Amino acid sequence: MSDSTSTTKSPESRRPMSPHLQIYRPMLTMMMSIIHRITGAGLYFGTLLLAWWLIAAATDAKSYMFINDLLTSFVGRIILLGYTWALFHHMMGGIRHFIWDTGRGLDHPEREYLAQASLIASIGLTLFVWILAYLLR
Amino acid sequence: MSHNDHSMRTPMGKVRYLGSAKSGTTHVWHQRLTAYALLPLSIFFVILILSLIGKDYNSARAILAAPYVSILILLFIGSGIYHMQLGMRVIIEDYVHAHGSKTALLVANTFFSVCIGISAAYAVLKLSLA
Repeated sequence: MSDSTSTTKSPESRRPMSPHLQIYRPMLTMMMSIIHRITGAGLYFGTLLLAWWLIAAATDAKSYMFINDLLTSFVGRIILLGYTWALFHHMMGGIRHFIWDTGRGLDHPEREYLAQASLIASIGLTLFVWILAYLLR
Repeated sequence: MSHNDHSMRTPMGKVRYLGSAKSGTTHVWHQRLTAYALLPLSIFFVILILSLIGKDYNSARAILAAPYVSILILLFIGSGIYHMQLGMRVIIEDYVHAHGSKTALLVANTFFSVCIGISAAYAVLKLSLA
């Protein structure tokens, strides 16, 4: 119902809107911010897989083995690898937010160190879990 | 809301629920609260998946159906679904500005989250109570 007003080109409707990514020079902290959002969205749609897997487990052996074969196929493993990294990256981003909530780590160069540390930790934890997964196979 | 005679909001803004609806703090707090819960619950979930590697259906089912495992999965689902519904709401509000599509997407977000949450929780309960 307000579509007519939002499409008219009033100065207010043309003002820059958050987060306005096209304007600023790319920096690690802003890339980490947008990746936090992207991994969050990825995990959001990844819950489809989680629900499907749980329903299959609750149904019968045939359904469970079917989704297991799907998830352990080459494409399935790529998706699960991405899912693992998205989970850990979003988790590390969350811990960074917990630190910021206390008022710490917002200044230079602490915020750069935090961004680097969360990136390294997310990749490290993903590798650790996947090495463990292959060893347990 | 009618008690506030000194509000900076325009009458049209109030009608359209634009500007502060005085629930922003609750949104952020619930987002953090679920995040605190998800930190240990996600670690638990990764360990659970690792423990299921190489298991056949019956042993996997037995692990998933153990009471403490089922309870932790239910907590993981509950906090995860609420957390993702809050997060996707912010993404929609940031990028979608047309009133109609924004409302439609916010409704779809809640429907998707509740459907996934109920389906996953039902599966866990069926597993553990069967």
